[in-house]
Amino acid sequence: MKAVTVDHIVKTYGKKKAVVALNDVSFSVEPGELFGIIGPDGAGKTSLFRLLTTLLLADSGSATVDGFDVVKDYKAIRNRVGYMPGRFSLYPDLSVEENLNFFATIFNTSIEKNYELIREIYVQIEPFRKRKAGKLSGGMKQKLALCCALIHRPSVLFLDEPTTGVDAVSRKEFWEMLKGLKEQGITILVSTPYMDEAGLCDRVALIQNGRLLSVDTPSAITAGFANPILAVKANRMLYLLNRLKEADFTQDVYPFGEYHHLVLKKGKRPEDVQHWQNDQEHLMIEPIKPDIEDCFIALMKESHA
Amino acid sequence: MKQFLSFVKKEFFHIWRDKSTLLILLGMPVVQIVIFGFALTNEVKNSRIAVLDPSKDASSLAITAELDASRYFDLEKNLVNFAQVEEEFRRGKIKLAVIFPAHFADDLQHFNKATVQLIADASDPNVANTLTNYATAIITDYQARITGNKQLPYTIQTEMRMLYNPQMKGAFNFVPGLMAMVLLLVCTMMTAITIVKEKEMGTMEVMLVSPMRPQMVVLAKAVPYLFISSINIATILLLSVYALEVPINGSLFLVVAESILFTLVSLSLGLLISSSAGTQQTAMFISLIGLFMPTLMLSGFMFPIENMPLPLRVISNIVPAKWYYLVVRSVMIKGVGLQEIWKETLVLFGMLVFFLTLAIRKFKIRLA
Repeated sequence: MKAVTVDHIVKTYGKKKAVVALNDVSFSVEPGELFGIIGPDGAGKTSLFRLLTTLLLADSGSATVDGFDVVKDYKAIRNRVGYMPGRFSLYPDLSVEENLNFFATIFNTSIEKNYELIREIYVQIEPFRKRKAGKLSGGMKQKLALCCALIHRPSVLFLDEPTTGVDAVSRKEFWEMLKGLKEQGITILVSTPYMDEAGLCDRVALIQNGRLLSVDTPSAITAGFANPILAVKANRMLYLLNRLKEADFTQDVYPFGEYHHLVLKKGKRPEDVQHWQNDQEHLMIEPIKPDIEDCFIALMKESHA
Repeated sequence: MKQFLSFVKKEFFHIWRDKSTLLILLGMPVVQIVIFGFALTNEVKNSRIAVLDPSKDASSLAITAELDASRYFDLEKNLVNFAQVEEEFRRGKIKLAVIFPAHFADDLQHFNKATVQLIADASDPNVANTLTNYATAIITDYQARITGNKQLPYTIQTEMRMLYNPQMKGAFNFVPGLMAMVLLLVCTMMTAITIVKEKEMGTMEVMLVSPMRPQMVVLAKAVPYLFISSINIATILLLSVYALEVPINGSLFLVVAESILFTLVSLSLGLLISSSAGTQQTAMFISLIGLFMPTLMLSGFMFPIENMPLPLRVISNIVPAKWYYLVVRSVMIKGVGLQEIWKETLVLFGMLVFFLTLAIRKFKIRLA
């Protein structure tokens, strides 16, 4: 049995259904998988999570979590999943301990019962257990929220943008924690706008404007990128970008950190760029492997075309 | 059950840790009793008056002395000419001027008739009315004494008795009104605000994705406010009995029972508001404009409903506080039992059932 199935889900907002948040989305998640939903802000990630956690109703299509229908069996789903919304949603005027205790009791369990599951995470915030949740740092808040979402040992864990607004070190720690949880057999769905986090998932779904662009393992997605890709750098970057756009070997070119990423048309080779007649100073060209972001941009442009 | 208790405990933490709100919730009835009981009273006491008395004879002096002696009036000034009357009113020094004609006693004795002019500052018509009534009563009293036992032909004497409130204390009127107001404010507004607060903070989102039933969330929210309301009812009753000397003529148990019924009506109204309001501000505005104002205006506490035009009288029937006010006033002041107020009680009970059903049916088990 799949942990999560989503079948042709459509979700619109507004009176005239003017805003399409999810447009015919289908995918499924295997039990025990760490599944990433990756896309920019406004892509439909939160809507998808709220549909799966039974907080919203879809216009059409169906979905199941742990074999239960999200509309019909919503009570059963609410008993067994863990959900951590994108916004910090604990009680700021209760202490760390009180928050955790409260969530444990409303899920009919106790901290002691499932302490093993959260131990690794909880020890990091335990020194501050008497502190009010509102006075914790961003990373600490996320850890506490994760503990609260985990305290009843959910079968499926939904994490909506857990690393947004968290520093790089805490982000890394957070993903380490998720790996640990996965080993405990919990299915995890995590959404993120950071493309570099895709590689940490077992499988990812790339989402843009409510449409799924691709669902696969990160390596399969990057392997599917057929065209050669180069990192290009010169003294005058903007000028370089504009000139590259006009070149006959260019499929696509876009700024990427301190380089421009240049996607070549099929059949073109890096040598074609070396021999390119131009007036660039200090032109540096380096063939690279495409990463998820390159794939995302290519898939996005493909779907627009 | 353990879930429920844990939720109630959490709710008490919220209230206990927000000291300023707690102070307002518990202090509000005390402050209101003090303000309404001692400052904002429409009883007339110690009003300053001026007397213009060119005759200065035994009768006019006796009347002046009696006016001054009464607790309603303080003689501020003896005037010497008519121009000063206008001047004193303009300066706002006095509320009432008593003007005797020259030869007041002579007129009274020789023509059997004399006039006294009372000029009142009617910028506040109610006060002016009351003052002239008091002054007339004192003068009539004096007349009755000089008439003595002489039988006048054809006289009609009116004898008045103020039932239930012989001293005409304002407190008899506002204590029941105040109870309605405080209960409404604490139960309706605070309940609505705290539920909406959970929505605003996003904690409701987490709460919905839990085994906790939404109805249970709502009920658990109401418990601490029921508790605070009980403290408030006790404070108001104690203060009104011991500080304002308002008696509880009827059964105390009945007053408390009816108050709890009204508290439940207010709580269910609060729940109803919370299900339609998206932000704390909206919840507050709906409570204030949609409930607090009608309660103040249409419950009969500030303005008598009998004097209102028909449409307002009809509307006043849907204001729960009107019924509660009637009940508490009847039980506390008139001392009646349940057999006299069962209709009002039934109306309140009907409202409770109606609002509660609506609130639970409207409660959203999802986000949108």
